[in-house]
Amino acid sequence: MTNISIRIWLVPLALLAIAIALPFVVPKYYVQFASKALLLGMLAMALNLVVGYGGLVSLCHGAFFGIGGYALAMVTPKYDPVSLWWSFPFAVALAGFAALIIGALALRTRGVYFIMVTLAFGEMLFFLFHDNQFAGGSDGAYINNKPEIAIAGRVLLDLDKPLAFYFVVLACLVATIALLTMLVRSPFGHALAAARDNERRARSLGFPIFRLRLIAFVISGAIAGVAGYFSAAQFGFIAPQTLGWHVSATVLVMVLIGGLRSVVGPLVGALVLLGLEEVLKASTEYWKLAEGLIVIAIVLFLPNGVRHLLTAALGERKDESPQDVKAVAKVEHA
Amino acid sequence: MDLATFGVQLLNALQYGMVLFLVASGLTLVFGILGVINLAHGAFYMLGAYLAYGIAAATGSFWLALIGGVAIAFVVGLLLENVFIKRLYGRDHLAQVLLSFGLILVLDEVRQLLFGKDVHSVAPPQGFGGTIQLTDNLSYSVYRLAICVFCLAMAAAIFYVIQRTKIGMIVRAGAENREMTRALGISFDTVNRYVFAVGIAMAALGGIVVSPVSTVFPGMGDSMLILSFVVVVLGGIGSITGAAIGALLIGLTDTFGKVFFPSVSSILIYVLMAAVLLWRPNGILGRREV
Repeated sequence: MTNISIRIWLVPLALLAIAIALPFVVPKYYVQFASKALLLGMLAMALNLVVGYGGLVSLCHGAFFGIGGYALAMVTPKYDPVSLWWSFPFAVALAGFAALIIGALALRTRGVYFIMVTLAFGEMLFFLFHDNQFAGGSDGAYINNKPEIAIAGRVLLDLDKPLAFYFVVLACLVATIALLTMLVRSPFGHALAAARDNERRARSLGFPIFRLRLIAFVISGAIAGVAGYFSAAQFGFIAPQTLGWHVSATVLVMVLIGGLRSVVGPLVGALVLLGLEEVLKASTEYWKLAEGLIVIAIVLFLPNGVRHLLTAALGERKDESPQDVKAVAKVEHA
Repeated sequence: MDLATFGVQLLNALQYGMVLFLVASGLTLVFGILGVINLAHGAFYMLGAYLAYGIAAATGSFWLALIGGVAIAFVVGLLLENVFIKRLYGRDHLAQVLLSFGLILVLDEVRQLLFGKDVHSVAPPQGFGGTIQLTDNLSYSVYRLAICVFCLAMAAAIFYVIQRTKIGMIVRAGAENREMTRALGISFDTVNRYVFAVGIAMAALGGIVVSPVSTVFPGMGDSMLILSFVVVVLGGIGSITGAAIGALLIGLTDTFGKVFFPSVSSILIYVLMAAVLLWRPNGILGRREV
């Protein structure tokens, strides 16, 4: 291992060590808060595969998130826990299936149409769960027992304990980061980005753009379902509002805060936004007003996310990331 | 269903569709000219209804509420364009979506501060409170009929302005090819500002005219925003005629869907949208590229 590759691995490993040590030093409330934040970060990272790398602004990821949760709620019996081994794949597959159907229709459109169509289909799912009684209707559905991780009747991990739950979430998060990193560095990821930067050229080079985008959309929806499954398990409750587009838009804000051109940026964005919400909620009754103004300010003054704040504070970074180089190359080319 | 009931439902569909048209044409106009997708459009519909409630409660006059609400929305629209929206021209859709989402959070909180979050109702204006007897046991509200007539008149006025005046010509040219229109010497700074303010005022107007027939509640803007989007997707962006077709289609689908298929009525309009997407991805009257 060369010097450089050690340096590249050092920061993530240090952060992972902090994440592992965290629940042993902070109070229980913050362990639960951290689980919630990591799950929303997972959702934001999933969304960014479509928004940042695919160039498609989707406003229905809240719906996939919610479907993951509803799937768990519907298969959990009233008095017993459900086995994670089959309920988890079921929830993820259901979210992925919804993404497949919505994606196949929405991807027939471009740009602003895509935004409106995803928004509308997301709301359709909201109404489906809100107006029908099969999953509790407008009252939402309760999950009385967290899913069980057991082999041959022996419980391996008790998700009722916040600590165990946190580590399961953390493991899922690391797996998500690994999967997304692999994806965006693979030929698939490069083709997806090529279609984002210049659709016509990518098409004339022979890339099956519709299929590439649909695959990205389905993967992204499925990961959103993973986050939704655990989020519903954590709170023991899922409401139709979870599917609504306010959730989707809030997650988009996280993506923007974290920056569009990195895999873990949206996770940072989620932590920043949730931390901000905690502070605002504690300090003012009108925290939504403040949050709205902050969102507007971020859009107007920090179009490239908080990373630019860091750059502005610490000075220009010497080693440009490959994406930046590509962006420069693109500008020169144009 | 006998003929009279059918007629009543048809009138309901027409009234619903016309209000939808009023709001959605504001949205499509703003997108067509400014190239900005404004998620806060529904919030102005909601604010319009609350303004109608607030002004009518304070002055006792629905007409004052109508004029005052539209005027306030127009001025707020001018201000917002000047402060926020004009910084969005040429920015990507993501920035536009998120800035208008921020505006929704702010406007919701403003509504909370001014009117609270209670559900209200507004009395129809004097002389419009009664009903017309259609058959022995069927009647129709005068105010609902008045909404139909008013919205038809508004639609006619919009079509006249867009198709027959110089302003309309600039607006159409801008929707067709903004760069070329600018190259021909049309300054869009002023046009943009007034188009945005008019679009916002139309959303608020929609909220004001429905306030006597539907309840005024905080979530009304969200549902209207989604419906307006579906209208625009159905009709094609930037096309007023398309918005009219889309709005009437949704009015008919929703009203008769509730009558014939009550269990799935809430998702019927989305099925309609999916069908149109399969048939014409850019809307019924949409051009090929956006």
